[in-house]
Amino acid sequence: MLNNFVVPDFYPLAPEILLLSMSFVILLADLVLGKTQRWVAFALSIITLLGCAALTVMTADGQTALTMSNLFVDDLLSDFLKLMAYLSVIMVLVYGRQYLVVRGLDKGEFYLLVLFATLGMMVMISAASLLTLYLGLELMSLSLYALVAIDRDSKRATEAAMKYFVLGALASGLLLYGMSMVYGATGNLNIADISQVLYQGQADKTVLVFGLVFIVAGIAFKLGVVPFHMWIPDVYHGAPTVVTMLIGTAPKFAAFAMILRLLVYALFAVVAEWQQMLLIMAVLSIALGNLAAIAQKNIKRMLAYSAISHMGFMLLGLTSGVIGKEVDPFTAINAYSSSLYYTLAYVLMSLGSFGMVLLLSRAGHEAEELDDFKGLNQRSPWFAGMMLIFMLSMAGIPFFIGFFAKFAVLTAAIKAGHLYVAIGAVMFSLVGAFYYLRVVKLMYFDAAEDKTPLLARTSFRILLSLNGIAVAAFGLFPDAVMSLCTAVLLHSL
Amino acid sequence: MEFTSFLFYLFAAVMLFSALRVITARNPVHAVLFLVLAFFNAAGLWLLLQAEFLAIALIMVYVGAVMVLFLFVVMMLDINIERIRLGFWRHLPLGAAVGGIMVIEMAAVLTGPYFGLDNFPAQLADAAATAEGSNTKALARSLFTGYVYPFELASVILLVAIIAAVMLTLRERKDTKGMRPADQIAIKRSDRVRLVKMASVTDSNASNLAATLDTATDAKGGASQ
Repeated sequence: MLNNFVVPDFYPLAPEILLLSMSFVILLADLVLGKTQRWVAFALSIITLLGCAALTVMTADGQTALTMSNLFVDDLLSDFLKLMAYLSVIMVLVYGRQYLVVRGLDKGEFYLLVLFATLGMMVMISAASLLTLYLGLELMSLSLYALVAIDRDSKRATEAAMKYFVLGALASGLLLYGMSMVYGATGNLNIADISQVLYQGQADKTVLVFGLVFIVAGIAFKLGVVPFHMWIPDVYHGAPTVVTMLIGTAPKFAAFAMILRLLVYALFAVVAEWQQMLLIMAVLSIALGNLAAIAQKNIKRMLAYSAISHMGFMLLGLTSGVIGKEVDPFTAINAYSSSLYYTLAYVLMSLGSFGMVLLLSRAGHEAEELDDFKGLNQRSPWFAGMMLIFMLSMAGIPFFIGFFAKFAVLTAAIKAGHLYVAIGAVMFSLVGAFYYLRVVKLMYFDAAEDKTPLLARTSFRILLSLNGIAVAAFGLFPDAVMSLCTAVLLHSL
Repeated sequence: MEFTSFLFYLFAAVMLFSALRVITARNPVHAVLFLVLAFFNAAGLWLLLQAEFLAIALIMVYVGAVMVLFLFVVMMLDINIERIRLGFWRHLPLGAAVGGIMVIEMAAVLTGPYFGLDNFPAQLADAAATAEGSNTKALARSLFTGYVYPFELASVILLVAIIAAVMLTLRERKDTKGMRPADQIAIKRSDRVRLVKMASVTDSNASNLAATLDTATDAKGGASQ
């Protein structure tokens, strides 16, 4: 690497380079823009993300390209996840625009930090080495910590940011310690090299499993699954709703990529060990998330606990890849793509639900209590219908995308022989249906206490409606999305 | 015992002691000073490993810059150590038990035969090769060729840290009084002087006129700010 250095191929990096340069443009433009011209930063961010999407599509050729001294990988999986991440960030920006304007939070820094967080996700998604994976994670997390505290006069937001920062730093420490152990066992940081060394059976398994424990704990912290979930409700509740929405959506794709690259690509040799760990966490998350959500009166807290249970389902798919000692590629791909499908479905539903919370909030009113949804049907039958779709889909009621996502994951779990786990997961989803349906009851059968008309921009209304329709429409054609997920993983694994 | 082994044990012992004092010292200023001592000894250990660049960077960056700033902050903030320690003794048994179990478990794995130097012939050879030449040069080569991507990423992380710090702490006060030289220079005659058309002076309204002129000048004086 030292003496025969060749200038790397920058072409696969084009989206990252565009995003970074545009962030600098926005940073400088923000200096000269006045308070009334904040929309320029907003528009530039959207244009940047669309440009990145175009470049990502251009560089997606189905081949796996390694560049930057094998530290960066561009494969179909990374292109797919990046496109999804841009989409969710764009939706967060459009949904959140008015919320930020009326609270005076639409500073240029907001858009900058969102873009840097996106860059962090892209780096994570394209990481081919433990080093870049970790740096991407830090870039993303650091931007998110600051975003949580963006409303700096709010005591609750500052407290949430502090908790997120301290626990996030602890999680990064755990992850890094685990990575150092993996390096100690294999002598490599490169993901492909690690799996090569492990495949040849040269590494010491004891040290590897020791490191694995820390890596899994670090991942679980970042993902927010039981028993590392304590920060989720407080951060979701304390952060401004836009930031909650951002934390709850796009980073899930990056986290999925992290799990896939770390556990499935690099540490496949100890798959039996990590499957067990993930299985325990999945079961606990599904149970605790659904039970605790029932007691919530605040919709952001309720969605936080629901996020914990949904992440449990996502992990359940990942635990079903390998049955016994035999590795069957078909089963493995099926299980991992069910997990990817679940992530996709969850992010779509989550964007919609937080979008509804934003729709109801206005200057001086946060609309984060469940009671704010009372009688929504009288105020706006169309958006009450949208919320109905999101809630039914999250509950896993048939013919919405959420149902098919749960179905795919549970099928994979049963195939892998986790029959009792699957039964338990269904039971707890039934318990969970209670709190989703309670929102529906509040909207349709209670009288409205707050009769203020909804003041949302047309772009917001159109996008939210499209979001709702997508959740319903993908439920009608579940195979299309599922086969897309399978194809992506098939070309990348 | 060789002299280098003696030095190693000396540095290691002082470092462990001072690291322990960092978390047990009652006075935060003492804790920071012990941290400086710990860094010095770590730099000594690196020198023993012939990593002179890292040793010097540690002293210059950490001891010279970071810790001095840290000391400043600690001295300026009035940290009530008693309040931070509230509940320390109550939570100690549980914390000590969990920590103790973790240490024993980790020791059980880590004290095995896994991390002897014999297990890493390739890395040892690398290290020996690096130690031959100047390791500043070796580090620079790898940072700016093979590892240029992570290097740039690290710089972006630092940029985010700057942006976040400025965003969270910079407050523009709206009640401060100050001059804006640019505005003062850009002022035009028409902004300050207003010509008032008036009836010609007669004895009866002369006193009224004087009063009007006075107020007009006052208004102009006020308008300049």
